[in-house]
Amino acid sequence: MAALAATADQSAPLLEVVGVSKHFSGVTALNDVSLDVRAGEILGLLGENGAGKSTLLKILSGAQPPSSGRINFAGADYRPASPDAAKRAGIVTIYQELSLIPTLSIAENIFIGRAPTGAFGLIDWRRMRAETRGIIARVGLTIDPDTPVSALSVAEQQLVEIARALSLESRLIIMDEPTSALTETEVSQLLGIMNRLRSEGVAIMFVTHRLEEASTICDRMTVLRDGRLAGHLHREGGPVAIPLIIEKMVGRAASELYARPTQRNAAGAVRLSVRGLRTMRDPDAPHAIVLDGVDVDLKAGEILGVAGLVGSGRTELARAIFGADRIASGTITLDGSPISPASPADAIELGIGLVPEDRKHQAIFAMLAIQHNFSVAALDRYSNALGIMEEGRERTALADYKKALSIRMASPEQAIEGLSGGNQQKVILARWLARDPKVLIVDEPTRGVDVGAKAEVHQILVQLAARGIAVMVISSELPEILAVSDRIVTMRQGRMTGEMSGADATEEKLMALMALDQRRGDA
Amino acid sequence: MSTTETTQKRGPNIFRILKQFGPLLFLIVLMAVFTALKPSFIDPINVFNIMRQISITGLIALGMTFVILTAGIDLSVGSLLALCGMVAAIVAKGGAANTLSLSATAGAGFGWFAALLAAVAVGSIAGGVQGVAITRLKVPPFVVTLGGLTIFRGLTLTLSNGGPISGFTPDMRWFGTGLVGPVPVPVIIFAVAAILCHIVLRYTRYGRAVYAVGGNAEAARLSGLRVDRILISVYVIVGFFAGLAAFVLAARLNSAEAVAGVGYELTVISAVVIGGTSLFGGIGSVGGTVVGAALIGVLQNGLQFNNVSSYTQSIVIGLILIVAVAFDRWLKSRARS
Repeated sequence: MAALAATADQSAPLLEVVGVSKHFSGVTALNDVSLDVRAGEILGLLGENGAGKSTLLKILSGAQPPSSGRINFAGADYRPASPDAAKRAGIVTIYQELSLIPTLSIAENIFIGRAPTGAFGLIDWRRMRAETRGIIARVGLTIDPDTPVSALSVAEQQLVEIARALSLESRLIIMDEPTSALTETEVSQLLGIMNRLRSEGVAIMFVTHRLEEASTICDRMTVLRDGRLAGHLHREGGPVAIPLIIEKMVGRAASELYARPTQRNAAGAVRLSVRGLRTMRDPDAPHAIVLDGVDVDLKAGEILGVAGLVGSGRTELARAIFGADRIASGTITLDGSPISPASPADAIELGIGLVPEDRKHQAIFAMLAIQHNFSVAALDRYSNALGIMEEGRERTALADYKKALSIRMASPEQAIEGLSGGNQQKVILARWLARDPKVLIVDEPTRGVDVGAKAEVHQILVQLAARGIAVMVISSELPEILAVSDRIVTMRQGRMTGEMSGADATEEKLMALMALDQRRGDA
Repeated sequence: MSTTETTQKRGPNIFRILKQFGPLLFLIVLMAVFTALKPSFIDPINVFNIMRQISITGLIALGMTFVILTAGIDLSVGSLLALCGMVAAIVAKGGAANTLSLSATAGAGFGWFAALLAAVAVGSIAGGVQGVAITRLKVPPFVVTLGGLTIFRGLTLTLSNGGPISGFTPDMRWFGTGLVGPVPVPVIIFAVAAILCHIVLRYTRYGRAVYAVGGNAEAARLSGLRVDRILISVYVIVGFFAGLAAFVLAARLNSAEAVAGVGYELTVISAVVIGGTSLFGGIGSVGGTVVGAALIGVLQNGLQFNNVSSYTQSIVIGLILIVAVAFDRWLKSRARS
């Protein structure tokens, strides 16, 4: 790292943002933010959703002017009138949504609007192909330049965009969440390319949510919080520690975030018991995960964590118990009696609730009022014998949950899409509490929830268990599983691979069980 | 507590208010303009005339509101209206043998009540069958009801041998031509139906479920709603209203015709959409639909009043449809920012 750091130009920053603010009709999105990036360094830009990162990117990429403050780039005043002007000045922004034209070839995309011409002003295809080969080689690609972009993976498309930026002689490349759609191998490839570009003297601003990656690759980080500068972090001898980043992002120590809530009730009797559960293979989706003989018990008053990688069958287990997917064989018993829910409606009548993993597509009714989102699973409880809604009782109930779960909302009439992810999730939890479930399955309880609200959601889950509800928590975040679970089971390829108490579990032990299968002869 | 939680800012937002009452304001302005052009436009006689004109398509539009709220569509309503009207006429005449008689008293008819029951039963069953095809066979509503459009028209022509069935008893005709005080009976039927539909959608469990299914069908299923049953039910409802409208229309014209209701589906869908109900489901109201139906009725009548040709009327109504939806979109984007 020392060698890389040495290439950074220590004298004058390439980009200097000084006291920049941005106001939108009375709302301050960015307040007096300053930062700088030097040639040959990677600056991480971090912050929670709504911290102001996007606004800053829009200003730097020329999409919006700042309300106040000044920006210097390459020693000159920088006021791009448009994204195109920003590009010409030497700053290219690569967004998650890539801007390549899928039907055109790599070469056509790279030379779009500036194709080399020969005799009679016709396009010189040979030169274009040859130059393209050289350009994409800089980012480690050796694909035929005539390949249409639609045939490339997301990672390859990203590299083509970076290559195009380099061919435009960009001096600062801003990457907005470049790794979110990539596999692990692709991520390490991209980080390798970023390292190479840094050593060639290119400045990179790396906007990401993934703290591990930021900590690995960034020379320095600038953290935003609530539109203000929360602080700068530097590499000192080693990578910046992740807890330190979280503390800056959230404004309090990370240990509080994933703190194991202390008060615990002893687990009661077995409430839900699953034996030999298998699901059917859907002929339309032959590669989908099926459950292959799952046994699991869930006790009243406990939180059972289900850990597994994507594709381990953890979500399928939840859906099978909830009646959302068809069961091929096996038994489920609830409080000792066998049940066979054929639909979510059946499962709900039996006292089972599910908070699904994909909130936007599976849980919320985006444009409906919070009130209606809250009561949708308990309409029978808030209506009279004639089917007329008793809105007074409904409103009172929501007001109670608003207080109990500290849901921050302006009015129950407000559309739920206006709430933050954390508050939406609390409304969904309230939806199930309104039914007094015996069993509540929560798939990815804090996906898309701000770091600060995660601890609140965890605390709610613990309270539910304390009320005697049997809670199953499925999560791909191991710290989350460790924080909330009394007991943890691991899954892999549609089977259970291990079980341990929450107190004994560590990330390492769980990881080993989640990845375990070759060691088993029968797997 | 996190300090970054955001809640939507509320407060007086002119665009939100406009969005809610935009169609109504437009209706009022339109009526003012027509009145200014010809003061007799606002005479009670003409106003009731407009209301009677819109009551037939208005009734179907009430049912269509349920369908469109679930992100569905029903293109078959015009044909279904003809079929229901024909069935009602045959029943009123006391069977197929008497249908050629023009005299109301010639045959031993089954009476207006049986005719009404037959019309709404045929409408509801036809709607239910289409609903089952949509949910069980997983054929999109557009396709199923496009098929229904030709099937029901064909059935009607088969039933009637192509000709009209005319001549009903005075007590049946009262439902189309009668007055209660100054108010035409079809208007009363439409008003009562609209109030009932409003109550169902706004205040009942079922209404909540309709909005939920239209807002996000998968979330509705995972919230325990029986999505297929609700989808079937909305097609039953629109079929019921097509049957009711058919009865009223036959009573008013003293005749049921095989070519009745051609193109009604477009007027009906226009009324619902102009009234602010989203074709993507989950957003809309009965009040909007009533205003949408009234807007179309006022435009047609007002243009006619000013001797604008019916060709031009079609052009104007088409333009209004597009402008109304464009305006709605624009307001939506402004209300959010």
